[in-house]
Amino acid sequence: MTRTTSKHARLCVASIVATVMALAAPGAQAAWTLNMTPGITALSRQIYGLHMLMFWWCVGIAIVVFGFMIYSMVRFRKSSGAVANTNLLHSTRVEVIWTIVPVLILISMAVPAARTLVQTENSVGSQLTIRVTGYQWKWGYEYVGSGVTVLSTLDHDSDHARELQSGIDPFSVQNYLLSVDHPLVVPAGVKVRLLITGQDVIHSWWMPALAIKKDAIPGFINEAWFEIDADKTGMYRGQCAELCGRDHGFMPIVIDVRSKSDFEQWLRDARQAMPQQGAPAPGQTLPAPNGTAPAPTASSTPAADRPAAQAQG
Amino acid sequence: MAHTDHAAAHDDHDHKPHGFWKRWVTTTNHKDIGTLYLVFSCIMFFVGGTMAMLIRLELFKPGMQFLDPATFNAMTTMHALVMIFGAVMPAFVGLANWMVPMQLGAPDMALPRMNNFSFWILPFAFTLLLSTFFVPGGAPAGGWTLYPPLVLQTGDALPMAIFAVHLMGASSIMGAINVIVTIMNMRAPGMTLLRMPLFVWSWLITAYLLIAVMPVLAGAVTMLLTDHFFGTSFFNAAGGGDPVMFQHIFWFFGHPEVYIMILPAFGIISEIIPTFSRKPLFGYDAMVYATASIAFLSFIVWAHHMFTVGMPLASELFFMLSTMLIAIPTGVKVFNWSATMWKGSISYEPPMLWAISFLFLFSIGGFSGLMLAIAPADFQYQDTYFVVAHFHYVLVTGAIFAIMGAVYYWLPKWTGNMYNMKLAKWHFWLSNIFVNVLFFPQHFLGLAGMPRRIPDYATQFADWNMVSSIGGFVFGASQILFVIVIWQCAHGGVSKATSRVWESSLGLEWQLPSPAPYHSWVEAPSLAVIEAGAASHETHG
Repeated sequence: MTRTTSKHARLCVASIVATVMALAAPGAQAAWTLNMTPGITALSRQIYGLHMLMFWWCVGIAIVVFGFMIYSMVRFRKSSGAVANTNLLHSTRVEVIWTIVPVLILISMAVPAARTLVQTENSVGSQLTIRVTGYQWKWGYEYVGSGVTVLSTLDHDSDHARELQSGIDPFSVQNYLLSVDHPLVVPAGVKVRLLITGQDVIHSWWMPALAIKKDAIPGFINEAWFEIDADKTGMYRGQCAELCGRDHGFMPIVIDVRSKSDFEQWLRDARQAMPQQGAPAPGQTLPAPNGTAPAPTASSTPAADRPAAQAQG
Repeated sequence: MAHTDHAAAHDDHDHKPHGFWKRWVTTTNHKDIGTLYLVFSCIMFFVGGTMAMLIRLELFKPGMQFLDPATFNAMTTMHALVMIFGAVMPAFVGLANWMVPMQLGAPDMALPRMNNFSFWILPFAFTLLLSTFFVPGGAPAGGWTLYPPLVLQTGDALPMAIFAVHLMGASSIMGAINVIVTIMNMRAPGMTLLRMPLFVWSWLITAYLLIAVMPVLAGAVTMLLTDHFFGTSFFNAAGGGDPVMFQHIFWFFGHPEVYIMILPAFGIISEIIPTFSRKPLFGYDAMVYATASIAFLSFIVWAHHMFTVGMPLASELFFMLSTMLIAIPTGVKVFNWSATMWKGSISYEPPMLWAISFLFLFSIGGFSGLMLAIAPADFQYQDTYFVVAHFHYVLVTGAIFAIMGAVYYWLPKWTGNMYNMKLAKWHFWLSNIFVNVLFFPQHFLGLAGMPRRIPDYATQFADWNMVSSIGGFVFGASQILFVIVIWQCAHGGVSKATSRVWESSLGLEWQLPSPAPYHSWVEAPSLAVIEAGAASHETHG
């Protein structure tokens, strides 16, 4: 019947239109957002590119396959007199083609995917290391080698508004559920390495703008790295991405991206404000780059145990 | 026109036991046990569905209006456990019980008493599981995936949930053994393996998957139990253990589990499409090999559920590539179904509507699955609503829609009555339109940055969440129509059904009268009948 096929065709067209519209606002975090953000690093843009490559392949394959199905459903309707050809039960040639062609398509997807994956693991040349610890239900950050620590909890206004039947309209709270009291300040244009662990249960540190999501596992350390484009200063927001108990939805992540010099100033000020052991002398800027990328280990050396003046990565 | 077999005429003496206890509690009849499984599954579908409605109600608008966050987490956890272990799996077992013996020309399952036991474990297991809502600490709320250390913060419910999982596993393993023994030993003479209907093939392969992986789940949850109560440290880093090891063990079960939930669906679609295309299944042998390939591959892809745990690069690469590979046999199946319709003579009765809907919507789930396979991209998708959209497309519009198609296909055989076609079509269209309103926007939510398993969200996610919730409410309400159609059909329907029911159905079950006699194929179908059936499947050059 025409109604069946045209309804399915309309569904296909509607979803295609919707997804084409997604291209119009790739980075917007407004309402009705359709697509992922390309992010603020070269690697995040590569990942976005992979995502779009896969998406368009799927759209293309869908058009061909669904088109074939819809054609069959319309053209070979019994109600319009189609008679079945019961001899068409197999064709070696066709079956070989529709096995080999998908293999070739998969290879064309796998090659860029593998290249990008290898790059995500390559933290060589990091100039700054930050230890990230997930707690129930907040994040702790430590700038390794400087003694500066930051505890990052859901902002008070959001925390108050999210209480059961609080009566407060979430739309009246700025960055509802995505703001914290103390954001993680990071430099742009610098290769930064994160060492991520958990204190109690498994959490996951996710920053969409960096295309980084890494689980924070008690007793283990995971590594991630990023280098933010020099011109992408500003605030970026993410959330915990592994169910960790009742307030899993209420422990967001906010990074405050500053220029390299602004960051260095901030770090100097923060050092002076913190009581610490073995901190480098004031005036020293970022630790020198290290030349090796150590594998994640089951234990880590606390900052206090490292010699104060030693270059740290 | 009527194909009443000589043997079938003897089955008219129905000899159904009288009384509730004899008929339903101590039954060893595959048809009654099939009905028990299906009714149980339907009840569990509505229980799990109610939990889903509560979830969508809380997520209708930002802000917390109805549920405490801990209760919300219990809802998501229990919704999944009930749907997976209480609705989808028992429904497929119920269909296997009803149809496998009839399709093989066998009088019953090979192990009828174990069959009864396999079913009756389930109401006890789910009473135990659902009663955890009422114990100190409430129901399990750490996700159906039960990850430690979080799951060890569960209260008194932990041992109850673990025991319930053990019971369900035992039920599945025994059911799987029964299926394999029946298929291997009780086929009518002349019914070689490569002459069996695809539904039977899909269940043969699924049964092997069940036997291979349910014990692995049992091991994993037992280790949780000993970690919590007996001082072991399997998953506790402080004691020398590894929380990630649980994930490996769980997903070694978990990935084949999702194929356990879809292979019988593939079998059902392979029954329905040929019937309503008036043309035998295209590429029968390839379909069998593709199903077996999918089952084999399902064992070597598990860590794609774990791309963010911090595995070595080589592992991530391996699992990415092996996962992408599953697209090949799955694609082959979709192409074969399409080719079955090509140059057929297609009509659109309710079973065919559900099968076609499966083809389109399951494929959409397959596409998002392919995107998820790409490990670096998965860093943005993992634990977001993009994953939730993916698995609901393959499980709801895939597995559940195939089950509904199967019910609409075989209901006249079971009851002897045709059902109300108009109501059935209303059920179909409402379900199909609103399932897409419910789940398609969840792709957008995931890409926009909304994590899963959260009871409240940032305001930029509000619009699509409201759309999704509206879809959920209407989709949920439409399922009442399903129950009405079935109930009416079982109580007289609109007209009597013939043996063949549908114009072009092939297979031994359509040789039997409708309703199928209480004891069918007491004498095996004749060789001539089997060979005639095989000839229509045989390839012609």
